[in-house]
Amino acid sequence: MSGPSTYEPKTGFEKWLDTRLPLIRFAKDTAIDFPTPKNLNYWYTFGAILAVCLVIQIITGIVLAMHYVPNTAMAFDSVERIMRDVDWGWLVRYIHANGASMFFLAVYMHIFRGLYYGSYKAPREVLWILGCVIYLLMMGTAFLGYVLPWGQMSYHGSSVITSLIGAIPVIGDTIKTYLQGGPAIGNATLNRFFSLHYLLPFIIAGVVILHVWALHVPGNNNPTGVSVKDVKKDTVSFHPYYTVKDLFAILVFLFIFAFFVFYAPNSLGHADNYIEANPLQTPAHIVPEWYLLPFYAILRAITFDLGPITAKLGGVIAMFGAIAVLFVVPWLDTSKVRSMRYRPLAKQFFVLFVAAFIGLGFAGANNPDDLIVAFGEDKLVVAYTDETGAAARSESFAEYHDAEHFIEGLDESAGASMEVVKSGFKWLWAAQFLTFFYFAYFLVILPILGIIEKPKPRPLSIADSVLGKHGQGSAGGTPVPGAANAAAPRDDA
Amino acid sequence: MSDAHITNHEEDGETRRDFIHIAAGAALAGAVGAVAWPFVKQLGPAADTRAASSAEVDVSKVPLGGEVRVLIGGKPFFVRHRTEKEIAEAEAVNISTLRDPQTDDERLVPKPDGELNRAILVTSGACTHLGCVPVGPGTNTGDYGGWFCPCHGSHYDTSGRIRKGPAPLNLPVPTYEYLSDTLIKISL
Repeated sequence: MSGPSTYEPKTGFEKWLDTRLPLIRFAKDTAIDFPTPKNLNYWYTFGAILAVCLVIQIITGIVLAMHYVPNTAMAFDSVERIMRDVDWGWLVRYIHANGASMFFLAVYMHIFRGLYYGSYKAPREVLWILGCVIYLLMMGTAFLGYVLPWGQMSYHGSSVITSLIGAIPVIGDTIKTYLQGGPAIGNATLNRFFSLHYLLPFIIAGVVILHVWALHVPGNNNPTGVSVKDVKKDTVSFHPYYTVKDLFAILVFLFIFAFFVFYAPNSLGHADNYIEANPLQTPAHIVPEWYLLPFYAILRAITFDLGPITAKLGGVIAMFGAIAVLFVVPWLDTSKVRSMRYRPLAKQFFVLFVAAFIGLGFAGANNPDDLIVAFGEDKLVVAYTDETGAAARSESFAEYHDAEHFIEGLDESAGASMEVVKSGFKWLWAAQFLTFFYFAYFLVILPILGIIEKPKPRPLSIADSVLGKHGQGSAGGTPVPGAANAAAPRDDA
Repeated sequence: MSDAHITNHEEDGETRRDFIHIAAGAALAGAVGAVAWPFVKQLGPAADTRAASSAEVDVSKVPLGGEVRVLIGGKPFFVRHRTEKEIAEAEAVNISTLRDPQTDDERLVPKPDGELNRAILVTSGACTHLGCVPVGPGTNTGDYGGWFCPCHGSHYDTSGRIRKGPAPLNLPVPTYEYLSDTLIKISL
């Protein structure tokens, strides 16, 4: 949509610069005059919010790196020193730690917005893929950063995640050792994680530039999904219309951000990470930060072997697959209609998908064997060793009397013990069901819906939509000759 | 919307819009300042560094004619136990001939009883030229019996005053006080 440039260099210096490095022309064409659909809603402000998040993380991160020591003997203390002794260090660290959460909050809004309005469809596939790359880099950066404070969660979380790599057949163990720089997570790991945690944000910034470039070639999608037909009627200049709208959204976002930083700075973290890493003691309940929980749930949902694929490897494949599937969404969604506003079935499945994703988050936060709802009778389980002393066995009973009787009948060497087992719906089963739905949404529902779904009439143009003309034969709209619903073009070009 | 309509709006709302611009600009400037302050302030010495910015020295442990070198927050200080001869030399100088005129008494701090302890001289250990640490008793006391800076050849006398060489000023006397007759507390 970046049409012919409207920039006219006025002063002598501007003319001189324009023929050498047209920086002012570039800035004016991309950030001021850029024609933007006039119907963008607040869901479209998360791009600008994310840019602010990245800048905040980089600035606070550079400051923290001035005081942090990447050494297993000093890392934890250096973080405490930042909190206690460095002037305003507590503020900078709380902004950085909560900033990661805010960054992911915004990126999820941004991704769901793209999924709903079909922003990944032609001609924006590359834009979408670059966004997926940024998301992947963000998860990597967040994981690496979480290791740096060298708390209990840092240590054992990184231990769990690097172990995942070990699940890869044949070469897994070697890769894991090279990743850790030793037989286990240690000083070498901390040093390289710090190095990479500092590097990745700048790679993200680089991909963001490509992302914005890829956005500025076709221009913004919009809530109707209908392409810009007439630049004069359908668009307004980016400045001041969207600079002001984005700025307002950024301010509201910063209010929420500030609430967490000043009033609930540790509410999104784990108390265990304020205990220095102890390789000999894993915390009772080990979970990643909230923004990675849905993928953690998918990882743990695979508890069964699938042919040659062990449960461990299956979980890793499912987890990475859940992210990988996002990259190919442009080709999985077969509908030519971009916006789900006009896709009555897809809209409902989308709501279910969002609910499933949030549900996976809860499943990831809970112990897989804990119950969501308890039902049925509690059972008594007697665990014992069989006569040969070789195999562990168990037997369940409904009554205490029966269980006691059973134990009396056993040899003393059986070492019988009794335990109450509650029955009900486990988080694991929820995770498995939601994981199934997550993949079904992308691999089955989106491809099929595009074929069987009958989309609602779409406005002929963005201008029509803004003026309330829902044309194409719908009641109240001006009938447009030759544009009856049945004959409506299947794409939004 | 006609052009005339827009013009009317601008005429009617001009002062109000100006006010909004100024108010928003002022709020923005305040916000930028408030955000910038912590990011600048964190560059300064942290609380633990500030807490370590003084040290106590037992001057009775300094051998006669010798010195003790103390590091406070990484900065060197000299505590020198002067002989009678060195004190006499320091007091005999005609200060009008000095580059940085100071009497020996001006470079001392009174004990709790108000008397000057002329035997003990406390100075900074950084040459006022370019910050090297001069050598002193036991190595090379220079042409004037005090200290000699090996970097660029500055000579200090037994009161730590600059006598010869490129240094512009006397070795500064740090902020210190006598907690008792023998214990001093030097602060940065």
